[in-house]
Amino acid sequence: MRRVPSSKAFFFAFAAMAFLCAAFALFYIFSGVSAETWDYNIPRRLKVVCAIAVVGVSVGISSVIFQTITANYILTPSIMGFDNLYLLLQTLVIYFWGGGQLSMMDSPADFMLTLLLMICASTAVFFIMFKGRGESVYHTVLVGVVLGMAFGGLSTFMQVFIDPSEFSVLEGRMFASFNRINVQLLGISAAVVCAAGAWFFSDLRTYDAVALGRERSISLGVNYRAVVLKSMVVVAVLTSASTVLVGPLTFLGILVVSLARALFPTYRHGILVPGAVLAALCALLFGMIVTERALHFAVPMSVIIDFAGGLFFLLLLGRVKNL
Amino acid sequence: MIRLCNVTKRYGETVALSGVTLSLPTEKVVALIGSNGAGKSTALNIIGRLIPASAGTVEIDGKSLRDWKSNELAKRLAILGQTLYTPARLTVEELVAFGRFPHSRGNLGAADLRIIDDALEYTGISTLRGCFIDELSGGQRQIAYIAMAIAQDTKYILLDEPLNNLDMNKAAKIMKLLRTLVREKKRSVLLVIHDINFVSFYADYVVAFKNGALKYSGKTEDVIRSEVLRDVYDMEIAIKSYRDKRLCVYYE
Ligand SMILES: Nc1ncnc2c1ncn2[C@@H]1O[C@H](COP(=O)(O)OP(=O)(O)OP(=O)(O)O)[C@@H](O)[C@H]1O
Ligand SMILES: [Mg+2]
Repeated sequence: MRRVPSSKAFFFAFAAMAFLCAAFALFYIFSGVSAETWDYNIPRRLKVVCAIAVVGVSVGISSVIFQTITANYILTPSIMGFDNLYLLLQTLVIYFWGGGQLSMMDSPADFMLTLLLMICASTAVFFIMFKGRGESVYHTVLVGVVLGMAFGGLSTFMQVFIDPSEFSVLEGRMFASFNRINVQLLGISAAVVCAAGAWFFSDLRTYDAVALGRERSISLGVNYRAVVLKSMVVVAVLTSASTVLVGPLTFLGILVVSLARALFPTYRHGILVPGAVLAALCALLFGMIVTERALHFAVPMSVIIDFAGGLFFLLLLGRVKNL
Repeated sequence: MIRLCNVTKRYGETVALSGVTLSLPTEKVVALIGSNGAGKSTALNIIGRLIPASAGTVEIDGKSLRDWKSNELAKRLAILGQTLYTPARLTVEELVAFGRFPHSRGNLGAADLRIIDDALEYTGISTLRGCFIDELSGGQRQIAYIAMAIAQDTKYILLDEPLNNLDMNKAAKIMKLLRTLVREKKRSVLLVIHDINFVSFYADYVVAFKNGALKYSGKTEDVIRSEVLRDVYDMEIAIKSYRDKRLCVYYE
């Protein structure tokens, strides 16, 4: 029989992960810096670490919450087609306005516009996904997966018509990168993620009840519809903010939720969500160190994260019940 | 008091409940009976605001269901559905503690802990408190959910087939517990139940549905009669006297 984990065990797991994060961050920032390269390297690396923090917080929170409201442990917004929606949007912009427009997206106004567009589009998609909710989870999941594939197919189709030189601009957007980040945009994303995150943390307990299923949570006085609607909007905001900032990291979400669930076997969101955030920070920092120091940017970081996350995802499919 | 006025529920072409008007007595054990698909769960779920009615109104203590704030209603009415979802990594004690959620929003005080202990004690599952829900037997899990509904400490307790999976001993204990709650704590219990003898022995009041329509409602002794049961279940049921109660015999 399983044993109920003690709060001491959770504390140690938290402490260990926080320590690991700090160690990775310090190593990433300070390793190999000499007096001459200090002025160039330190600000750049600090910026990368800040971006990692924004993405980690957003992916950690949104993945756990998304799984709770859809009552499944194997899907995240990214896997369910969110990344394909982003690609479709980018493809559409290039298709209609050309690549110049896309590189201009680095101005705050354009960034905000893309963000807004992403938020609206993804909220709309979530609404469609959840329309049959209450009947069954499978409906939600299937609609999401099918929509995701449709978006993917549509963008691939449109990419055929795009001028090769412009396509290369698009290609750059298809992989996440922490190195082309603009400080102003980072600030905007950080603010958006903080606001959305704070909103969640105001009633994490409600999600514990929501995890018991629709009927149980309604009986316990949760305004289920309102919570699901609010969560969809906030998940859309969080995921959009991180995707627009660095690009798609499809399997990061599933990697960090599964890690968090394995390390913190509890139903409590007050523990799971911070656990997932810490896991995301560890994974991203580690990935960054490997790509930058060991592989010298030969392989994009998203490939490494997707590789690890994809493996985890396959493992998960084999043993869903135990999670 | 729970009052239904012209409550109708349609699923596309299917009419699950048609124009039910009914007032339920308080501080009683009220049994909803009827054959499979008669609309019992539908009626219970509408009263328990798990599903919306297509037409008609439900009033709880003089206030329409729509006007109740979800958390306020949860302090007054608990409902346990027919199909139970089994979350992993939740122990019996943690599940029962969720019954306190409307009152404590997750910050359990001494009073909450006492109520949780009592609910475990009354239902006889104190020894299972540390077990995980997904590692229990079907009957044990059913009792854990009943304990959770009881820990919610509400005036109205709605249970859909609470005796599912229970052995005779446990089933009788749960029914006695519900009677005790009615007698000592002035609770109003509304339950869907198939075992007609449990109805006869433990219910005060019976509401019978047939094909989505309200067929009979009245005191137990008025409804547990051969003619009525023949009409409700479309079968012959002999009624024998046992002590001062009626025992239904339906084996050919
Ligand atoms: N979600 C649904 N979609 C379509 N029809 C439904 C749905 N739920 C119930 N029904 C229909 O409504 C009718 C009443 O169902 P209900 O669940 O209330 O029956 P019940 O009296 O509780 O039966 P049982 O004793 O088998 O639990 C049935 O004919 C059923 O097919
Ligand atoms: Mg039923």
